[in-house]
This record gives sequence, C-alpha cells and structure tokens, in this order.
Amino acid sequence: MSFEQLDALYRRVIMDHYKKPRNKGVLPDGNVTIDMNNPTCGDRIRLTMKEKDGIIENVKFEGEGCSISMASASMMTQLIKGKDINTALKLSRIFSLMVQGKDYDDEHLDLGDIEALHGVSKFPARIKCATLAWKAMEKGLLSTNE
Amino acid sequence: MMDIERIRKDFPILHQNVNNHPLVYLDSAATSQKPLSVIETLNQYYREYNSNVHRGVHTLGTKATDAYEGAREKVKNFINAKSTKEVIFTRGTTTSINLVATSFGREIVKEGDEIVLTYMEHHSNLIPWQQVAKKTGATLKYFPLQEDGTLSLEEVRHTISEKTKIVAITYVSNVLGTINPIKEIVEIAHSKGAVVVVDGAQSTPHLKVDVQDLNCDFYAFSGHKMCGPTGIGVLYGKEHLLEQMEPVEFGGEMIDFVELYDSTWKELPWKFEGGTPTIAGAIGLGAAIDYLESIGMNEIQNHEHQLAEYAIDKLSEIDGLTIYGPKEISKRAGVVTFNIDGVHPHDVATVLDTEGIAVRAGHHCAQPLMKWLNVTATARASFYLYNTKEDVDRLAMGLVKAKEFFSDVF
Repeated sequence: MSFEQLDALYRRVIMDHYKKPRNKGVLPDGNVTIDMNNPTCGDRIRLTMKEKDGIIENVKFEGEGCSISMASASMMTQLIKGKDINTALKLSRIFSLMVQGKDYDDEHLDLGDIEALHGVSKFPARIKCATLAWKAMEKGLLSTNE
Repeated sequence: MMDIERIRKDFPILHQNVNNHPLVYLDSAATSQKPLSVIETLNQYYREYNSNVHRGVHTLGTKATDAYEGAREKVKNFINAKSTKEVIFTRGTTTSINLVATSFGREIVKEGDEIVLTYMEHHSNLIPWQQVAKKTGATLKYFPLQEDGTLSLEEVRHTISEKTKIVAITYVSNVLGTINPIKEIVEIAHSKGAVVVVDGAQSTPHLKVDVQDLNCDFYAFSGHKMCGPTGIGVLYGKEHLLEQMEPVEFGGEMIDFVELYDSTWKELPWKFEGGTPTIAGAIGLGAAIDYLESIGMNEIQNHEHQLAEYAIDKLSEIDGLTIYGPKEISKRAGVVTFNIDGVHPHDVATVLDTEGIAVRAGHHCAQPLMKWLNVTATARASFYLYNTKEDVDRLAMGLVKAKEFFSDVF
C-alpha cells in the first residue's frame, strides 16, 4: 500500500508531536488564557501563557483535535517559549503564509519543527486545523498589548 | 430491484476521478448529488422562461408562475398534504423551523410552559427552541436517549406533561441514523395538547413520508438533500395552525392591500412568502420529486437499508472501529457514523479523501449528541440511491489504510 501522498502531510515529526505533545497542560501561574475552537469541526484549545515584560516566559496548551491541530499546538509552544511578543507574532505570520503555500521570508528566525507542517498547504481543508493554536496565541498576545 | 447502473448514469458528477481515484461520494446526508433532469430543468428555466411569479400578465410570467405553483402541487402530493395551502416554500429546513419557532412558538408558549426536544436534534431544530424558551420563560426538556441511541415510548410518555406546548423532534437522526417513531410520539403529544414539529431533513429524501398519516402539525425539509437545488425548502403546516400565524417577513408578494398605515396579507400559503421566491429552486425541487418518484421511495429506502446493513457488517470487521447508533438495523436509515481508536475523524477523512472517498468528519451540527456519545467528533458515511456495495468496499479498504498508516507512523 502506498502512503506517498499522506506522507507529505503526516511527517514523522508531526506524528511525534501528536503522540507526545510538548508543553501539554495548564499553567497555574499563567497571566494570559485563551480558549479557542473551530466551530466547523469541534477542535478546541486552551492556551495559557506567562508573559512578563514582553517575554513569553512559559506556555502550555490543552485541547482536543486532530493530529494536525494538536501537533501544530505542541510545536508552537516549543517555538515561542522564551521569545518576545513581536518575534512570536512574526513567527505566526510566517507560519500562516507557509501553510497557505504562499512565499515567506523566515527573517533568519529558527522555525524549529514547524517547517514539517508545510505539507498542509496541499490539503486546503486542513489549514484551519494547523492555525488554530496560532490564532489563539495571536489573540492572547494582542490582548496583552492593549 | 433498482437498476443502480442506470441511476448512476443520471448523476454526471459521480463519473470523475478525485485524487486519481474514481469518486466515492458518501456525504449525501450533508447534501445529495443532482440528477441530469434537475440540472436541465434549472437550465431550461433560466434559458427559456425566467420571469417573476404572481405578477406580470406576460407569457413568460405566466409560464414561470405555473411551473412554480406546479412544484407546490408536486410537494403536496409527495408528502400527502391535504392542500397546497399547507405547503410553504422556504430557503431550507433551518428557515422552516425558524419560521414556526418565531411565528408560532413565541405566540403560544408562555412562561412556565415546556418545549420538549431530543438529544439527537440537529442545531437547526435546537437553537430556535432555545431562543423561544429564552424569550418566553419556558423550560426546555429532553427525552432521554436509550443506550443504543433510540427513544423509548415509555420515556416519551413520561416526559411530555400537561405543560408541554411543543415537541420538536427529528424523524431521522443525521448522526445515529435512528428512525424515530414519529406517529406514536405525535399521538402521545396530542393527547396532552402539545403541537409536534418534525425535522424532516434526513427523512424526506430517503423514505415515504405521509404527513397526514404521521399527523404531525409541522414538518420541515430541504430540497438539496433530496436531489434538488440548494436554497429551497418546505414548511408543511396544518392549515388551521398556519391560518392563525402571522408572517415573519413583510414586503412584496405577501400582501393583499397596502395602505399608508396598515396592510393586509395574502391568503395561505403566500402570506409567508415575502419577496421574490426561489423560483428556479422550487421548480428544480419539483423535478427532483419527479425523479425520486420515478424510482420509488420504498425502493430507495430498501436499497439504502441494504447498504447500511452491508456497511455495518463490513466495518464491524475492522478492529478498533466503533459504530454509533442502533444495532437493530430496522431502526436505522442509511447513515453510518463511526470512529477508529487512536485516529481522529479529520485524519480519517483526509486519508479517505486521498483515496477519492468523500465522508463527513466533525460534530455534524449536533454538539449535544457528541457530548452524549462522549466524543468530540465522529466520521460519517451516508448513502443514497446512487451508492453501491462497491462504494462500501472502497470505504472499508480506505479505513484499513487509515488504520495502517496511523499505526505505521507511530
């Protein structure tokens, strides 16, 4: 049986994050909490962040959803932990372009594992799964800026 | 016996490759495909006699009006309504139910009254009643579901009380496939003085419906799930109830006399059809009814029944696959909802899509039912007259592949 087309979407590193999510849970001392869901499919995420002086000191997520949405959340938490808000938002924009299959400039930022998700662009129905956690993060960080 | 090969020829969309595989369409509960006769009816209307209805005296206007009202007659016969006055064209099931909830529900339901629903309602037969309850101070109650996803008439009798004004219930569940005993429930509800609103979105396309035999008070359905176009649906209501209801949309088409400070309404059914109606949609729905009747609703139901039975047998062979809904096949329509252990339904649907198989994954607009099933989402295969046992075989193979792929990558 050939899994060629599926392998482009479900890379080993994605499955690894799905099965062994990093930063799973809720931060008891978090000061930013965002709940977000994808009403068309029922995926949901709760993201808690501890933000201090513009730096995301810690971040955790919990939720329910498909492999793409949960792996993306896991990768994101890994990537933004310790970053400043502007960098996190920049990464979010880069990620959004990447999964839509658009050209993007990595601005010399280390994208970590998220590059494994570029295959999502070939599955337009799954882009919203990949971006759920990122949208939650953006919403949370933009609210702290207000 | 239905000649499936001939029927499949009537649906041009089925004859294509999707992701390099012949399309297997198993999402008819979301929307059905359309036969050539319906597509050509729409085409002919726009090419040959597109005109507004109930207005001009010109020839095309008369032709369009005749076709539009002719479609109403077809609907009346199809569901066995007493009169065309009881057949209101709407945008779809959602609009139909909202019309009853707003125009009837908010008027007759008072504080302290009850509205009774089931856990298996589609959001479109749930939220309108939540709104009525909020506006009027009424209480929402639910028939408890049996473990297999069916209703027990004993519990129905128990739940409906003298305070119950409305019972809103689906004929066929879009998730569990359960066929509810509407006739018996109507009898119980009427004995307590309650009015019954039936969501017929999943029943009308798949089985013979007789609203007089069911004796329900309102019955709502959509054209697009029964081989017709999108944007057209029907609200059936008993004439004496529709008579006492006020329109919810005001404007052209629905008036009798208009003066500066007051107006009067047209008679039934037009008083509920404000504005230019979905003319092409109604005529297309008429063509869909002709098509379904040429095959026979009982034949269609039997065919889907056999497919569901075959699918349940086939899918039960797959280790780690859970099928939801009644085990007893006679209580089921052609809907099979399932999950595979350890594979999220979206991932299942993506794997199937790469094999050219279209299924639905998600909460199916039935979040309370998902909660009851203790899942966040499920995958669903739904059958129609054009599906075959080979489609079910392809589905089963695709599911085995999904399972293998996901156990392989871990």
